[in-house]
Amino acid sequence: MIKSNIKQLVLSFLLLISLKPLQSAEMVDPIKVDWSFKGLTGTFDRASLQRGFQVYKEVCASCHSMQYLSYRNLGETGGPEFSEIEVKAIAASFEIEDGPDDQGEMFTRPGKPSDKFKNPYPNVKAAIAANGGAYPPDMSVLVKARKGGANYIYSVLVGYEDPPPGVTLDDGVYYNKYMIGNKIKMPNNLSDGLVEYSDGTESTVDQMAKDVTTFLAWAAEPELEERHRTGVKVIIYLILLTILVYLSMKKIWSRIDSEI
Amino acid sequence: MSEHEYTPKSKAGKWFNDRLPLLTLGAHLTDYPTPKNLNYWWTFGGILTFCLITQIVTGIVLAMHYVAHADLAFASVEHIMRDVNYGWLIRYIHSNGASMFFLAVYIHIFRSLFYGSYKSPREVIWIIGLMIYLLMMAAAFMGYVLPWGQMSFWGATVITNLFSAIPLVGDSITTWLWGAYSVDNPTLNRFFSLHYLIPFLILGLVVLHIWALHVPGNNNPVGIDIKKPSKDTVPFHPYITIKDAFALLVFMIIFAGFVFFTPNVLGHSDNYIPANPLVTPAHIVPEWYLLPFYAILRSVPDKLGGVILMFSAIFILFVLPWLDTSKVRSAVFRPIYRQFFWILVIDVLMLGYVGAMPAEGIYLVLARVGTIYYFLHFIVVMPVVGYLEKTDPIPMSISEPVLTGGAEPSLARKINDKV
Repeated sequence: MIKSNIKQLVLSFLLLISLKPLQSAEMVDPIKVDWSFKGLTGTFDRASLQRGFQVYKEVCASCHSMQYLSYRNLGETGGPEFSEIEVKAIAASFEIEDGPDDQGEMFTRPGKPSDKFKNPYPNVKAAIAANGGAYPPDMSVLVKARKGGANYIYSVLVGYEDPPPGVTLDDGVYYNKYMIGNKIKMPNNLSDGLVEYSDGTESTVDQMAKDVTTFLAWAAEPELEERHRTGVKVIIYLILLTILVYLSMKKIWSRIDSEI
Repeated sequence: MSEHEYTPKSKAGKWFNDRLPLLTLGAHLTDYPTPKNLNYWWTFGGILTFCLITQIVTGIVLAMHYVAHADLAFASVEHIMRDVNYGWLIRYIHSNGASMFFLAVYIHIFRSLFYGSYKSPREVIWIIGLMIYLLMMAAAFMGYVLPWGQMSFWGATVITNLFSAIPLVGDSITTWLWGAYSVDNPTLNRFFSLHYLIPFLILGLVVLHIWALHVPGNNNPVGIDIKKPSKDTVPFHPYITIKDAFALLVFMIIFAGFVFFTPNVLGHSDNYIPANPLVTPAHIVPEWYLLPFYAILRSVPDKLGGVILMFSAIFILFVLPWLDTSKVRSAVFRPIYRQFFWILVIDVLMLGYVGAMPAEGIYLVLARVGTIYYFLHFIVVMPVVGYLEKTDPIPMSISEPVLTGGAEPSLARKINDKV
């Protein structure tokens, strides 16, 4: 009788938490993508990461910073894994401000792998001024900073639509199905064939969105592959140790049970 | 506990032990007679010790790389995640470790509630435990502020603003706490300092908690005193140590699952957005382990009333040993109280759930119902049920589950299954 009462209480609680929170009607759940980095042993698609970096560099980087990444990260294991020569070439293609020199002057020089990704704007205010009053967020940890993660970023990239009747948009504001509030100040920057992939992959909007999202997912969690690999080993080790300790415990306690 | 005097075997050991009886202490801890019927709910003390040590060790390493400055804190956490060797692992253990710590402490507290471990003669253990719990909440709250993300900043703003509800001096106190006119760099600095201090205060209280435990000895699932130590108890080592080790390992598997496979699921995504005093997040929510209290706070329309009720929700636990009028400790033999116990568990879970939801509509109603029941449970149910309840027959001793009064075999078996 008591057990059944408890069961009823638990069931009613489960029923309660299954009631979905009342959300605003226009919110749409992000598209679920079967990312290669999902799951317990997920890893990044190396080619997709390299293509994603290209999309970032040619499209996103003109407005979005990625200030916590360094060019050297692009060559590290678990990432796009560009070769050392490629990383040096990528870094050198950016002019980085350095200094002050012995005369107290700032100067520019070609980038080195140890440099952080170059910011498109000198400061946040400049970024806001150049983007119609909206700050293009830093993308280093963007995937972790949004509910829905990679699915959400991808959905926003492919979620541009004409506004439904009755919705009026100000200048410089765009309608996006998946964006919170449906209004976004970033224009739809992706169009079929926008970048030319060196590996011959067709650069459809969907492909570019997936590639750049993969790149951003890695940027936010560069440790993901190592974390998954280590995690599997740690759990296997712990399970084996648990079994051994369990058997020892049974053996030790059997001394007592025989006494009773 | 009448232990025969311990004498070290070696001469050096004897010399040292006469001056500082550490070896006697060691012998006491190994031989400590423990009820042999303890179930797995009793393994959380060891698990909590592990959690505290893990938090201290990982925290000390994190503090070597972290920078407590409003302009640099967020970047220094990213530096830990990206550039420090295994920084991601240390930080994820520390952040998930806080959640695991609270998971364990809640089980530990509810175990005490179920088996009446707070009752005479263990009131002081219970009160020290609550002080540890209070310090844990303070440490966790301040720790959550340190990454200086959006939830850090706004969580700190909401919680510190609670003090402004105090009449007359509230605003001055809040400004004093902040060290500024809003949550700002001085606030971050002092929170870091206190966040480093509190775990060591907790460690000190843990020593007192265990000391106070070793005076009357452990409670146990049947809640009766030890009659014959030779029959009812086992030495702490190896019996309890091996059992604690097994339970700890199971706990560590779950812990590792969070750390390696879903390290951010218990956090809030907004905390990866750097703190911005000009942008308020849509919903400011504390970490999950504080949600029931957050629900109580928001269930009251008046700010001061909410603050008083929230603090009362914790402080009422301090007088629990005197609110409970039942002579029987373990809820195993308390058919009525046992049901109210489970209602309380559901109530607290429900409060936690509505604490995460916007304070409006049905959630507000549920929060109010939950809050009222929470207080009724302690103020009315516990004293009244203790008086009126007809408890089940209690075994004579731990080793003989023979019942006093009319022995009914089926009931005895049922009790044995439970314990």
